[in-house]
Amino acid sequence: MSNLRNTVLTLVTEAATELNPGLEEPIALEMGEDAPLYGKEGVLDSLDLVSLILLIEEKTSDELGKTVTLTSDRALSSHRSPFRTVGSVTDYVLALAA
Amino acid sequence: METPVTLVSGARKGIGRSLVERYLEQGHFVVGCSRQESDLEHPRYAHHCTDVADEAGVTEMFARIRKEQGRLDHVLNNAGIASMNHALLTPLSTVRTIFETNVMGTFLLCREGARVMSKRKYGRIVNFATVATPLRLEGEAAYAASKAAVVSLTEVLAREFAPFGITVNAVGPTPVPTDLIKSVPQEKMDALLARQAIKRFGTMDDVGNACDFFLRKESDFITSQTLYLGGV
Repeated sequence: MSNLRNTVLTLVTEAATELNPGLEEPIALEMGEDAPLYGKEGVLDSLDLVSLILLIEEKTSDELGKTVTLTSDRALSSHRSPFRTVGSVTDYVLALAA
Repeated sequence: METPVTLVSGARKGIGRSLVERYLEQGHFVVGCSRQESDLEHPRYAHHCTDVADEAGVTEMFARIRKEQGRLDHVLNNAGIASMNHALLTPLSTVRTIFETNVMGTFLLCREGARVMSKRKYGRIVNFATVATPLRLEGEAAYAASKAAVVSLTEVLAREFAPFGITVNAVGPTPVPTDLIKSVPQEKMDALLARQAIKRFGTMDDVGNACDFFLRKESDFITSQTLYLGGV
């Protein structure tokens, strides 16, 4: 796994950890990259997802010095949402930050 | 008590400058922005030369507020431009400029402000409307329409931001003697004032008083409202 992917995975996990105390059902971070976020298996409602995206964008800007916008119309309406799991959102951030 | 952080756009002069001074007096840390430098110096004042319609500049300003002040309690979206001209003589470029500052600028500051505020689940946003909209002022088509859009933004954002503890309201001043209206002919101004319930110019304090009300902690059940001054 590349160093950059590790860094992004860490910041996504940090964002999820920060969000967890406010959630009715926390994100199952013990599942690592497979932890479900949004969608059929996910624990986030749409407002929780907004909060998670804000945290990830902020951390990407602070820690990678890159401004990424995770909320393109395509991403939000895509059949295969990039926000399914911790791993899928990590890949999505990585693709945008590249 | 913690020092609240208040952002005022269009802070260099006019109503914006008066709001900056008002909230400094009330003990806030005030962040001002305008396209040009401000001559105001105060230990609790930071100025950013930012055009509210420039997305990159606005994003950078909020990143600095987040890092330097660590919080944001209030946004006063005062920056605005007007143009008094018959619609038949108004170039599209003028309409674009008005919408960029008044609508896009307000949207950007609401969006970026609410991002910072959402972390503490607390915030107050006050947008700036105008009596030109409900009075359907002739010669102000683009300005009145842009501020009608601000009212609409206020009403929808109030609902979108409510789950984050953020209220969004608007104040609609009557004419206040500032640069914005200095080129409007006197007879036009007299006719306008005659349509108000209370027929006088507004003052900076009238506007500040309405802002105070929206910013109060106790105003947490007041959102999506536009408060027109002067009984319009």
